[in-house]
This record gives sequence, structure tokens and C-alpha cells, in this order.
Amino acid sequence: MNKLRLATVWLGGCSGCHMSFLDLDEWLFELAHHVDLVYSPLADVKEYPDRVDVALVEGAVANEDNLHLIRQVRERTRLLIAFGDCAVTGNVTALRNVLGDPETLLRTIYVEHADIAGQMPLAPGIVPRLLDRVYPVHKVVPVDVYLPGCPPPAQRIRALLEQVLAGGDIYLTGREMIKFG
Amino acid sequence: MAARTFTIDGQLISAREGETILQAARDHGIFIPTLCHLDGVSSVGACRLCLVEIEGSRMLRPACVTPVVEEMVVRTDTARLREYRRMIVELLFAERNHVCAVCVANGHCELQDLAVTVGMDHVRFDYTFPYCEVDISHPLFGIDHNRCVLCTRCVRVCDEVEGVHTWDVAGRGTDARVITDMRQPWGESHSCTSCGKCVLACPTGAIFRRGATVGEMERDRNKIAYIVAARDQRW
Repeated sequence: MNKLRLATVWLGGCSGCHMSFLDLDEWLFELAHHVDLVYSPLADVKEYPDRVDVALVEGAVANEDNLHLIRQVRERTRLLIAFGDCAVTGNVTALRNVLGDPETLLRTIYVEHADIAGQMPLAPGIVPRLLDRVYPVHKVVPVDVYLPGCPPPAQRIRALLEQVLAGGDIYLTGREMIKFG
Repeated sequence: MAARTFTIDGQLISAREGETILQAARDHGIFIPTLCHLDGVSSVGACRLCLVEIEGSRMLRPACVTPVVEEMVVRTDTARLREYRRMIVELLFAERNHVCAVCVANGHCELQDLAVTVGMDHVRFDYTFPYCEVDISHPLFGIDHNRCVLCTRCVRVCDEVEGVHTWDVAGRGTDARVITDMRQPWGESHSCTSCGKCVLACPTGAIFRRGATVGEMERDRNKIAYIVAARDQRW
């Protein structure tokens, strides 16, 4: 049997969802029998590859790098899973949306509230520009499956991946699977 | 008191005259989701989550304020109702800034539970991200309007049980806010007795005890009905 080509993606999030993924502990060995991890912050791959079967996307779309990457991910992935509350709702990453435009926000934080050497964090080509608003993934590209949780507990991730590996329709329901927070 | 017999979801039900569909359903173990309803205070039919279908009526009726009628045929769990309920919960999430992960009520929230009940795995509507005030001028309690669903339980419990009416609603549409006294900071309210009944009644993390952090805001919402029952027996 061909192994599934799995990617995990880290957009505007705290990497807690990836930590929870690692909490699958020894089941990761079982998973490794069924998938090839072709792209991930946990693997040293620079370019998002073609023909990815499944992508777990952590984080909201918050800056231009996120936007560029998520469009590539959608183009090159069969099953895109919004992985965790930031990807599904914007969550903590989107808290800034109520505080106005990024320019004002950055000035307030990095200039006005700076203790020493306040300056605007401007480094074109190194620090990606913030988008005007933070978006949940499905507001930017179509999403196939939503896995809420901050972070989704390891057992929830496993239950989802087992459905993915089984191949049929994916159906998540009940407190164990879709509780936010 | 006269009895009324009718059916809910095909089940034959006997209820007292004047009872609501919601009361009768609960007495018979039939679940209808609610949010603004709170045992012990009056019902207002505001949240629309308890809408049910009644045969022969084109309109959907809120079960919490619709009295039972002889031989009525009620349906509580149709595809149309399920879709509307999910839509209502999604709109509530989109209307304010409900961030479960950093909320004092995480794990003890009726809105969070409803999202699970109606099968909400994401919100299809655009989030509005409104700017909302947080008032922590009261020495014991706080209100975070980001988390308010305008159920008016606080308004009703303060008026009907405490007999004070510190809380009310000001503004219209998306500008509507629960307010204390004449829209002054809660800590400057002259009428508030600091009884904490609004804290007990709140379904979300909007009204909270100061000092509670993420997930710590537990409350026993049944206490309101308990207080009302105890007082009725005494008087």
C-alpha cells in the first residue's frame, strides 16, 4: 500500500497544536508506517511539495508569508485540515483584530510602550508584513475538515488521523472531538 | 388543574394546562436546547434556540413561552430546526469576541456546550470583531462585553429575584449592551447590592468573579431556582 503524503503547516499560531501532535508519543511510530512526512516545521524541508495527500494546518492567516504559504498548500493538497482553534476561528491570533490597523498596533506596542530604544519592527524580506486583519483559514482558502481545540488533545488528533487513514468520509461530532478551547 | 394531552416527536405527552412546551418536554426527558431560559426567572424567548415546529402552524414557536394545547403535534428535532439552531449559535460566536481558550468560563460555558450540541465545528459567517468594553470597576465582579450574548438573564434575575433592577439593556442591534444603572461603571452603581445573582445566572464568561482566571469561573446556575423555591415556601 502506498503511504499517504502528510504535511503539517505552522501559520500564525503558538505551535501548541504541533506540541499536542507530538504528544501522540509512541503512536507516532504507528503513524509512520502509514504516512511519509513530506513537509513540517518538524522536518527540514524548505519548499511545500506537490501532491500532498493530507495537510494539518495550525494557526490563523496573519501575515503575508502565511497568505503565500496557505495558497500553495491549498493548490498542492488533497485534504486540508484546519488544525486547532487559531486555524478554525482566528482565536488568540485574531485578538488584535479589535485593536485597529497593524500600523497603529505596532506603534502602540513597539514605540509608545517600549522601555528602551522603541522602534517600528521593519525588516523587509525578513519580518513578513502583517495583514490588515487576521483570518481563519477557511476565509482565505477552502477547508475540508475542521479540528477545533486549543490545542486539540492528542487523542482527538489520533481519532481524526485514524479516520483519514481509514479512507472514508470524515465525521467529527461530540465533546471529545469538536469542543473549542 | 386540567390536563392536556398532545405529542412531542411522536411521544404521547400529558401536561398541566398553562405549562409550556419546554416544561412538558423536560418533564418527559425530551431535550430542547436553550440559552436565555433560566429556571427561577421569567422566560422571554429571546435566543430562539428552543424553536419547535407545531403541525398546522407555518411559524416556528419558542418552546419556552408557548403553552401546551390539547392535541397539538410538536416536533423538536427536524433537519430545518437543526440547521437553524446551528446557524443561531454560529451568529452568536460571530457577533462578539468569544475566545474559549482564554475565557474564565472555558469548560463551564453554556455557549461552548451549545456549540458542541449543535455540531458547530466552525463558523461559516464572517466574525465581526467588535470593540467591546471590559468593566472591572466593581470590587467583587467584572463584566466583559466581548463574551455577552444578550440573553438578559442578569437583567431578569436582578429585577425579579433580587428586586433591584440594576441591570438593563441599552442600545440597539449590534450596539446593544447590558448596562448597570444609567450606563455608569458597575462599581459606581448605587442600586447594586453586590448579591452576585447575576454572576450565578450568566451562561458565559461575560459576568465573572474578579480574580478568576482561564477556566476557573464555575457557577451553580441552579442556585437561582433554589433561592426562588425556598422563598416561595417561606412566604
